[in-house]
Amino acid sequence: MTLSHLKDILTAEVVCGHEKLSSVEVSTAFGADLMSDVLAFARSGCLLITGLTTPQTVRTAFALDTAGILVCRGKQPQPQAVDIARELGIPILRTEHIMFETCGILYREGMRGCVCEISAGDRPSVD
Amino acid sequence: MSIEDEFGGSYTVRGRDFIDADLVSSQIKKLLKDRGIPEDVVRKVAVVTFEAEVNIISYAEIGTINFHVDDRAVTIEAMDKGQGIPNVDLALVEGYSTADDTIRDMGFGAGMGLPNIKKFSDEFEITSIVGKGTTLKSVIRIPPE
Repeated sequence: MTLSHLKDILTAEVVCGHEKLSSVEVSTAFGADLMSDVLAFARSGCLLITGLTTPQTVRTAFALDTAGILVCRGKQPQPQAVDIARELGIPILRTEHIMFETCGILYREGMRGCVCEISAGDRPSVD
Repeated sequence: MSIEDEFGGSYTVRGRDFIDADLVSSQIKKLLKDRGIPEDVVRKVAVVTFEAEVNIISYAEIGTINFHVDDRAVTIEAMDKGQGIPNVDLALVEGYSTADDTIRDMGFGAGMGLPNIKKFSDEFEITSIVGKGTTLKSVIRIPPE
């Protein structure tokens, strides 16, 4: 779906990246507030759904080449995060829905989760 | 990529500077993308440098992140002057963390930093001296064309 469609079904507000609403398509998403988990598991091109509003959210999205950021729970991204997102060309939308509802609505519309498969052998352990 | 294409860089990271956090990793990622390094390699480098930068900002007074690219691999070295890690083996266990609330508020500090760096590295070394600092080296191989 396009970000424009996503905006409509979540009654979301566009914080930045208006110019990309019609052109950016997303079919997968990853929802988390822990950026280390996003870095570890999310795939490029997905939508990052989070309640974290800091500049690090935007940096994480950039590190992974995500399609955009959707801030849930009615939170407002920090001004500096918005500045960085504009600089890096990453669209940010925000919705009043909590993360559970946000994910449910998007799943119903056909969006699916995105993860990099990590095998058990990759996991560190203490000898 | 030929051997003539070797390049690299060195960046200073200031401890507790949460405002500019992850600026270095973004810069390195841009450089690698511009040089045509394979996407999968760039992603791994981005994760490793991102987490290394967060670690320096979170736990050290000052640090340096160096990277070097040749036709076989991207080598990243992160060195800091800081409190060091008393038990490196424990710090490599997912979920082990000594982070404070400031670090957690940034979306980190859940004990995934070093495990993530190790997971995305083809070669990984870390040494740490309590009260002095930590040095880590990560090698990410570039698959032959």
